[in-house]
Amino acid sequence: MEFLSDIASLINSTLRISTPLVFAAMAGIFAERSGVIDFSLEGKMLMAAFVAAVGSYYLGNPWLGLLLAIIVCVCLSMLHGFASVTHKGDQVVSCVAINILIIGLTTALAAAWFGQAGLTPTLNEEQRFLEINLPFADSVRDIPIIGTLYSDILSGHYVFVYLAYLSVPIVFWIVFKTSFGLRLRAVGENPSAVDTAGINVFAMRYKALAVNGVLIAFAGAHLSTAVNANFFREMSAGRGYLALAAMIFGKWHPKTALIACLLFGFTDALQIRLQGVELPAIGEIPVQLIQAIPYILTVVLLAGFVGKAIAPNAIGQPYIKER
Amino acid sequence: MVSPILELTNINKSFGHVQANKNINLKINKGTIHGIIGENGAGKSTLMSIVFGLYQANSGSIKINGKEINLRSPRDSIVNGIGMVHQHFMLVENFTVLENIILGFEGETVFGEKLANAKKDLEKLCKTYNFNIDLDATIADLSVGFRQRVEILKSLYRGAEILILDEPTGVLTPQEVDELFKILRSLKDEGKTIVLITHKLIEIMDLTSEVSVMRQGEMVGHTKTQNTNKEQLAEMMVGRSVLLRVDKKEIKKGEVIFKVNNLSVKDDLDVIRVKNINLEIRSGEILGIAGVTGNGQTELLEALSGIRKVESGNIQLFGEKISDQDNFLNPRMLKEKGLAHVPEDRQRMGLISDFKAHENLIFGYHDQEPFSKSAVLNSQEITEYSSKIMQEYDVRPNSPNLITSNFSGGNQQKIILSRELNENPKVLLVGQPTRGVDIGAIEFIHQRLIDMRDRGAAILLASVELDEILSLSDRIIVMFDGKIVGEKENKNVTDRELGLLMAGVA
Repeated sequence: MEFLSDIASLINSTLRISTPLVFAAMAGIFAERSGVIDFSLEGKMLMAAFVAAVGSYYLGNPWLGLLLAIIVCVCLSMLHGFASVTHKGDQVVSCVAINILIIGLTTALAAAWFGQAGLTPTLNEEQRFLEINLPFADSVRDIPIIGTLYSDILSGHYVFVYLAYLSVPIVFWIVFKTSFGLRLRAVGENPSAVDTAGINVFAMRYKALAVNGVLIAFAGAHLSTAVNANFFREMSAGRGYLALAAMIFGKWHPKTALIACLLFGFTDALQIRLQGVELPAIGEIPVQLIQAIPYILTVVLLAGFVGKAIAPNAIGQPYIKER
Repeated sequence: MVSPILELTNINKSFGHVQANKNINLKINKGTIHGIIGENGAGKSTLMSIVFGLYQANSGSIKINGKEINLRSPRDSIVNGIGMVHQHFMLVENFTVLENIILGFEGETVFGEKLANAKKDLEKLCKTYNFNIDLDATIADLSVGFRQRVEILKSLYRGAEILILDEPTGVLTPQEVDELFKILRSLKDEGKTIVLITHKLIEIMDLTSEVSVMRQGEMVGHTKTQNTNKEQLAEMMVGRSVLLRVDKKEIKKGEVIFKVNNLSVKDDLDVIRVKNINLEIRSGEILGIAGVTGNGQTELLEALSGIRKVESGNIQLFGEKISDQDNFLNPRMLKEKGLAHVPEDRQRMGLISDFKAHENLIFGYHDQEPFSKSAVLNSQEITEYSSKIMQEYDVRPNSPNLITSNFSGGNQQKIILSRELNENPKVLLVGQPTRGVDIGAIEFIHQRLIDMRDRGAAILLASVELDEILSLSDRIIVMFDGKIVGEKENKNVTDRELGLLMAGVA
């Protein structure tokens, strides 16, 4: 039973740790399927975490904090669009600029408003999201297997965890079963075809970026108003980049991107459990090495382990209508 | 008098300082096939892109059935019954035929009933016009001819009454052209109006009932096709009389100087693209390679010119083995041995577009006297030489300091030719010498190639333009799927025969 509960808690942490990755990967799918590279997932996630924490601290309601985060992230996506869609700037440069801006901005604003560089005040229970215990979770816990599955794995998560996994089928449905999705995929593959079909290429890309902004806000709010009770400096810790890698590894497809996110989440959950554990014959593995596992895995997977990832054909290219 | 279905009045359009369309007036009558002919850069495509709503005119008016309309986007044009088949197909390659056709006209937010209806309607349309298209096929799996049909079907499905086709035959085999023309004639019989943009005179004479000629952004004439002929049209296009046939002396064949034995070559993806090819070229002979794009001609030419590794087999120049799978001479060494190369893709391989003309003109010879001494370039010498050679090869404008990309396609090609021909090579490899080049320049380039031949050079000419192959070559080989599928002396060969070979059916 010891072993089973270990497994259960490992799966439980995997689901939780993967949550921001899933939101960010879905956000990335919208931007990149429309032909716009989005390295700024990292920066937007950080900004969302900051805005959600601050908003919820002042307004006393985490949902309002989330709403503010959504608004700010959509604005940042529009900024990226303005630079790289309207003004046809280099998409990567625009993203890097946003990322750098936000690292500085969040630190500076926290210092100005709360007197501590890069730290916001701790949120009380009213101001943050709490874990949700599913009905009957306690009473069915003792039923073998099903009880563990329901009470220890499915129950007791923050609302974002449920929303993240719910978002995957929804994204899949939008991208592959609706006319918006058809146009979205088309605009990332061949914008000229979209233009000659009488659809505004620029408007399509802005719409995609707006959805991208909404989704990434959830990832940030999850970090600062659910799993943590405040914002701290650079708290996104590379998750935006990791999500981008998961999305590429998942070939810009929601289902496979989800699997990649779970894989990254799992290695992270595993490394947390492995810290300080004495392994037979090897002894204790240095913490630094264990912490590096998800990143090493990323590099290995992306370095061709999964075969050639075929990006949307027009990705990274601003649409130039007249020569 | 019925008002014309499409009427353009005083259309003007500029891109920056370049005026692409100047005061264009055009009337197109319902139920006709109307040709618009002109050289590359004459403004035909720009004009039709304005009619299709893709570009907006700076001034002028557009009337459909006598009613003035304002076309702000392709949607406005489509709604008004205008369809356009672009030169580069506007298809999403990894979408199915059905997805491509409904794109923008889905009619519903979530796919369901309308999609099923669209499919039924399209199946009916396919049957009516005998299109034989699988609606669930992915575009990437379709041949060029079929992709074009998808484009036509797309326009018809969206309710086009006027169908504009921009250079539709450039990528087709002669048989595919026949099929296309059949379709266009049947559309005309149905009462649809067809606008055919082309630079090929023969298509105008074959298919159209009326023709308008454009030159340098202006409309220079309209006439009924039956009242004109090719020579007259060519003269209107270019603004002077043009020699349509190349004058070629009887061949004086010499020694075999270039020989290829059992050559196989792989492409960048490690796929064998040239399969066990044997050929030889004699001094004073032009060997033409015909074939649809992508049947190994590119890789063959690259291997012969020393920029692609030989997989097996060898290449001999004057009886000396110059390349096999173990060692091959690079382009510079080949050049020293008297082999010159005019690459197929001038923008990618022939020129550095951002360089000035004089830099491109001496590139490859830049470290030799008199262009440089002790690693320092002698700019005065280079400029004088460039100006002289540009005069000789009729490169316009004769400004050695102009950035290369600002020259027209034809003049860029002349820059490459003058660089490669000036050293009097013994063997000349030429790929697509007149792609995107206007008639006047084609005449010049062809004449230069003939002169080289008459001086005893061995020339290998790869081209997808059958007319070019037929008018220049002494001997023709046809490539299909990396192999030579036919070889003919160029006497009484027809484009039909070659077309069958090119399609791999003969």
